Amino acid sequence: MPELTEPEMTEPELTKPEPAESVRYGVSASEISSQTVLFVTVDEYLEVAAAARDDGFDQLIDLTAVDYLSYPGARARPVDVQPERFEVVVQLIDHTSGERLGLRVQVPATEPTAPSLFDLWPGCENLEREVFDMFGIEFTEHPDMSRILMPEDWIGHPLRKDFAVGDVPVQFSEASAPR
Amino acid sequence: MTAERVMRRGDDSAVLRLSEAEAARIGGDTADPADDERVMLNMGPAHPSTHGVLRLMLEMEGETVLRSKPVIGYLHTGMEKQGENLTYLQGCTNVTRMDYASPLFSELAFSLTTEKLLGIEVPERATWIRMLMCELNRISSHLLFLATNGIDLGAVSMMIYGWREREEVLRFFEKVTGLRMNHNYIRPGGVAADLHDGWQGDLRELLELIEPRLDEYETLMTGQPIWRERLQGVGAINADEAIALSATGPLLRSTGYAWDLRRDEPYLAYDEVDFDVIVGTYGDCYDRYAIRINEIRESMKIVLQAIDKMPGGDYRLQDKKVTPPPRIRLDESMEALIHHFKIFTEGYKVPKGEAYAAVESPRGELGVYIVSDGSSTPYRMRVRPPSFINLQTLPHLMRGGLIADGVAIISSVDPILGEVDR
Repeated sequence: MPELTEPEMTEPELTKPEPAESVRYGVSASEISSQTVLFVTVDEYLEVAAAARDDGFDQLIDLTAVDYLSYPGARARPVDVQPERFEVVVQLIDHTSGERLGLRVQVPATEPTAPSLFDLWPGCENLEREVFDMFGIEFTEHPDMSRILMPEDWIGHPLRKDFAVGDVPVQFSEASAPR
Repeated sequence: MTAERVMRRGDDSAVLRLSEAEAARIGGDTADPADDERVMLNMGPAHPSTHGVLRLMLEMEGETVLRSKPVIGYLHTGMEKQGENLTYLQGCTNVTRMDYASPLFSELAFSLTTEKLLGIEVPERATWIRMLMCELNRISSHLLFLATNGIDLGAVSMMIYGWREREEVLRFFEKVTGLRMNHNYIRPGGVAADLHDGWQGDLRELLELIEPRLDEYETLMTGQPIWRERLQGVGAINADEAIALSATGPLLRSTGYAWDLRRDEPYLAYDEVDFDVIVGTYGDCYDRYAIRINEIRESMKIVLQAIDKMPGGDYRLQDKKVTPPPRIRLDESMEALIHHFKIFTEGYKVPKGEAYAAVESPRGELGVYIVSDGSSTPYRMRVRPPSFINLQTLPHLMRGGLIADGVAIISSVDPILGEVDR
């Protein structure tokens, strides 16, 4: 057994990803963990997505969201981006060049809606339903905006940071009393 | 080729966009009461061919499936929410329970993402052990597919054979990781334990056992007219449609589209081993079956190369921040005991930021996206579930086919409901 030195229990360094300022499809872009990420508002979202699709991003890999309600401190975002509570996280892939592109849509808590990408990539159907179910972000023009994982009569959106977890009764709207 | 078929929104779409409450209200009738040929049919969630608790709402005309809707969520246990309350070290025990047929891939994706955030690199031996174990897991997962695909189509002996060979692979896993499933073996910083003495011999024995058995399966199924009749031309999809629906893995490759993250975005040491990406032609159930049986052979090739090329050295990173001290040190050093205790209770802190890493699981691209707030638990832990997304193709594959073919199609998509629902 080789002699091992004792560990130092120091605080790890907190490094922020340094946003490399650049512009793509008319919006500010950053490099986050070796991937180009575009920051868009709800209004710009569909237009930028359509431009990316025309540019060769043929497949939608993932669509999810993050609720930044209780995030400590500032997020590493370009200066001209107005951070909102919800961020819809989209990942696209261009199979020809192998490039991946991220989109971060700032969705305000006061009006949690965003346009659906169904007409560009129909593969977003279940993913958008999941985001609606878990975060309560509604996608307009979606063909079937309904819950997917939780029961249809569930109240609340579980992945929101203010969704109570733990000792709560099962929340079905028709339940007569806490079980 | 066009993807117009999957872009439809109206009643001519293959997807039945009807709520459960509405379906319960209209009962067995369809929306148009004058049309007495059409009925609504429920299949599952407790049905032997639905691979877990998948429920389908089917609109039928006679025996033909028109529109359908997979109703999921019966296994939803909030694992992504749970992931926000577990430290990075505990995270693997959580994600490994998602895709229970190929648990090592979820652990790998989670570990790769965490390592990206930490900015650490694991030793070479750990990388190769990870690759070796994942390829064995691919073999066991595809064997499970062959078994269930067999029983769904009436090849009952195939089910016994598939489970039998899978068990041999799991026996090797048990020797290495201590568990048959839900290993928690791949962890941020490396793997939990080194390979045991004589692992090369065990593996060679295992591969020698599986090789002739695969030929046996080919005799039993591949060439058989009944098997071909049952699968060829059933549930066909073209490459444009598969890409439009975000499908990945064997489902996408069956259409002739060669996309495999192991080759196209090499992670671990896949750029140092030699293997082929198997593609189909017609995108039907037969291609999806043939791809998987041949992927077992490719995985065996990789395993053999890994036996020969396995480098020496450490099986985990000797970075005190993420690695607990060796067990023997706990008996002799107070500091080691404290260190051990701290890592397992408090965990280690991960710098602020976000990262995504993806691996090619037996079902497609399995990715983990983590947002870290600088604490020892992820702020948000998202798993890109290949089964959940591939399940979207199901209504399109089933439309216009017979209900009996539906069973073959569900099986050929190979969804694992633990990962669909999470």
